[in-house]
Amino acid sequence: MVEKAIAVTPAQAAASRLKQRYAAERRFKALGISAIVLALGFLALLLITILSNGLTAFVQTNIRVDVTLDAETLGVDPVKPSADALAAANYGQVIKNAMYKAFPTVESRPERRQLAALVSSGADVGLRKMLVANPSLLGSTQSVWLVADDDVDMAMKGHITRTAGAEGSRLTDAQLGWLDALEKKGDVAKKFNTALFTVGDSREPEQAGLWGAVVGSFFSLSITLLVCFPLGVATAVYLEEFAPKNRWTDLIEVNINNLAAVPSVVFGLLGLAIFLNFFGFPRSAPLVGGLVLALISLPTIIIAGRAAMKAVPPSIREAALGLGASKLQMVTDHVLPLSMPGILTGTILGMAHALGETAPLLMIGMVAFIVDIPASPLDPSAVLPVQVYLWADSPERAFVERTSAAIMVLLFFLGMMNVVAILLRKKFERRW
Amino acid sequence: MQLLTLMVVLLLLTTFGYRLGRSRALASASGNPRLLHSLPSYHGYYVALWCGLPALFVIIGWLMLEPAILHGTVMSALPADLQSLPEERLALVYNEVRNVARHGHVPSNAAVGEAAQHYTSLRTTMFFSVAVASLAVAVAALAFAHRRIHTNLRARNRVEAAVKVFLVAASTVAIFTTIGIVLSLLFESLRFFQTVSLFDFLFGTQWSPQMAIRADQVGSSGAFGAVPLFAGTLLISGIAMLVAVPLGLLSAIYMSEYAAPKFRSVVKPLLEVLAGIPTVVYGFFAALTVAPFIRDMGAHVGLSVASESALAAGLVMGIMIIPFVSSLSDDVITAVPQSLREGSYGLGATKSETIRQVVIPAALPGIVGGVLLAASRAIGETMIVVMAAGLAANLTANPLEAVTTVTTQIVTLLVGDQEFDSPKTLAAFALGLVLFTVTLALNVVALHIVNKYREKYD
Repeated sequence: MVEKAIAVTPAQAAASRLKQRYAAERRFKALGISAIVLALGFLALLLITILSNGLTAFVQTNIRVDVTLDAETLGVDPVKPSADALAAANYGQVIKNAMYKAFPTVESRPERRQLAALVSSGADVGLRKMLVANPSLLGSTQSVWLVADDDVDMAMKGHITRTAGAEGSRLTDAQLGWLDALEKKGDVAKKFNTALFTVGDSREPEQAGLWGAVVGSFFSLSITLLVCFPLGVATAVYLEEFAPKNRWTDLIEVNINNLAAVPSVVFGLLGLAIFLNFFGFPRSAPLVGGLVLALISLPTIIIAGRAAMKAVPPSIREAALGLGASKLQMVTDHVLPLSMPGILTGTILGMAHALGETAPLLMIGMVAFIVDIPASPLDPSAVLPVQVYLWADSPERAFVERTSAAIMVLLFFLGMMNVVAILLRKKFERRW
Repeated sequence: MQLLTLMVVLLLLTTFGYRLGRSRALASASGNPRLLHSLPSYHGYYVALWCGLPALFVIIGWLMLEPAILHGTVMSALPADLQSLPEERLALVYNEVRNVARHGHVPSNAAVGEAAQHYTSLRTTMFFSVAVASLAVAVAALAFAHRRIHTNLRARNRVEAAVKVFLVAASTVAIFTTIGIVLSLLFESLRFFQTVSLFDFLFGTQWSPQMAIRADQVGSSGAFGAVPLFAGTLLISGIAMLVAVPLGLLSAIYMSEYAAPKFRSVVKPLLEVLAGIPTVVYGFFAALTVAPFIRDMGAHVGLSVASESALAAGLVMGIMIIPFVSSLSDDVITAVPQSLREGSYGLGATKSETIRQVVIPAALPGIVGGVLLAASRAIGETMIVVMAAGLAANLTANPLEAVTTVTTQIVTLLVGDQEFDSPKTLAAFALGLVLFTVTLALNVVALHIVNKYREKYD
């Protein structure tokens, strides 16, 4: 027995140890792979959740009704209606009458109210547009697709079970019955959701759109770009080409690095205290949002700009100076053009970051409920990420899908900006 | 709109000045640019700068003063019964006057309507006088600069000096931003600490700011104890770090030590996507998918999980900061000299042994720095916790319960109706000051560690 134990030679022991060590090696490697897989899995899960929730928001259930554009019900002059009267006419009643006519058996008032509720309370907007554009339709009967109410929309898309009293459902048995009847006649269809891309926010999910937020984001980002591109490039030029090596320069550099790491919500507090309370700028305005975002993205642009300028070889500078250029001429005629692709890439990435920034904008009042499309950077407006936040807070089931759709639009813009940045880098990147 | 027109006119005038300066310089050298000290275009810029800058300063000065002047004049012209109103009511009246004058709202009484008319006429008069003044300044300066142009004028040096002033001014914006942050946080916090003592704020365990909104409630100062918020922030960031550090570090190790360049070039940008997704999207994801999932899982095993559990917010936040940890660690791991690895291989170590016993210890300071930076990111993260964490200030270490964080409270205190003097809104600034100090300290320490390490191998 004792002899057998000794029979394990050092070489054999090493071999068995080696086996263990190799196993440990494989385990370690697998651990690394699984970490990456897990991280990317989360990313995939996130994107799939957003996609599966949001895709249906791009279509909207519509109901076809034969609407009689009766002058008397509309309350306008039947012969020569003025444009103002047509714009202010009572289209809601016309739609209600059309619904009653489609189901003549429904007579009691509460039932009639339920019937009319199948159509969105904002359906009159489309009808008004139609009649104002073409007043000769007055008095005729038109077969029109009207936007359905969000509860109907959810039921048709299968997000809510089509039984009365199901979780989240506000539709009654009668309403579901009418819906079935309409569907059988082919009078219910899903159409492209134009409202999502043409109108501003609304309390009614089926009338809520992103356009106001898109315009607000555009104004904010324009201000950000106008402020922070010149300032950022100037700072980068100064620090990289002109600044003497002294304490003041060190202070500026430390400052920039620290600002890059300050939580964005603190910038929001700054905007609230300085821009709103001290300077008295308007609340909720893209102007203030843009300024705050400019301060947030300034460090990014400065750091990117300096890196791009550092990459320009000193020989170019020396050649320019040797030919008699002044230092500023060297910068504007040689260093800046050569580093511009890098600076632009950094700027676009900084802008993309600013586009997704939410918290500081909440501080300066950009969470207000705003229906109108902003006409200038001074008008109150929402921006895309804040619109996502607002919709995510709304209890209606239909807002869940719209939030996801808003996120998809936001991610689309971000993706486009990143693609442009990558293309720019690929096309103009030079290795010296 | 009028302002825009003025700016456009000024811009045209400036362009005109450029052409004028250029042609005059050429003319003074009788068409031979070699006789000039500076290139003709610099003479053009010289005149353009003289033309544009002083006028611009006039306009900017007016923009700064306009609200104060309007406010003063319009208010002093109000009828006596309106003027005797208390301060806040007066501010409301002025607000209404402005809305009537600017946005065409319907005035609630005749006095306001009159004041609005006064406001509009005053504004128009002032604007036109400023427009005339600025354009006069522009033309005068243009004429002045134009007369000074001759062959020996050192136009390039003058223009370059002006540009350099702009460069220096631009580089101080960063400093002014920091000063602005510190001052605004400090001032409002000091006002807050006049009503609530610093000690109560930092060490109190009771947080219910809503109670203090009623002015008649004297004994509400005890409700501003921020310890539950600090604890909640630490709990959620701690969970986030527990997720992000292992995942980020392991993926960084795999990518820098094992992965083929092709794999790396695909996966690295994909991981960076995690950092590029807006936080509001993570917040929505956490609130819509992760939190209910965790609650249901808890219900399955018989645990009661709050629907706004710290676990859900922390988990999603952890996913968000994976790329911060991984890219920073990736950098420091790649920076470890190859000779260290080769020495280890030469002694017969396997790859994982080399990584664990040589590479990681060598890269440790940098990794720690990266982790600290990620931690400061987690502490300052706002949208995820606003959307997925709770509002109730529970003092608990149980990740299945709802807690609230510093950033959540800042947002909830400041969103919605604001009366700027109440301790409720001022508390947000005190919280902001704490947040700013802590993240700043973390960053300074992290950068210090990273820099100190870097010196070792360069």
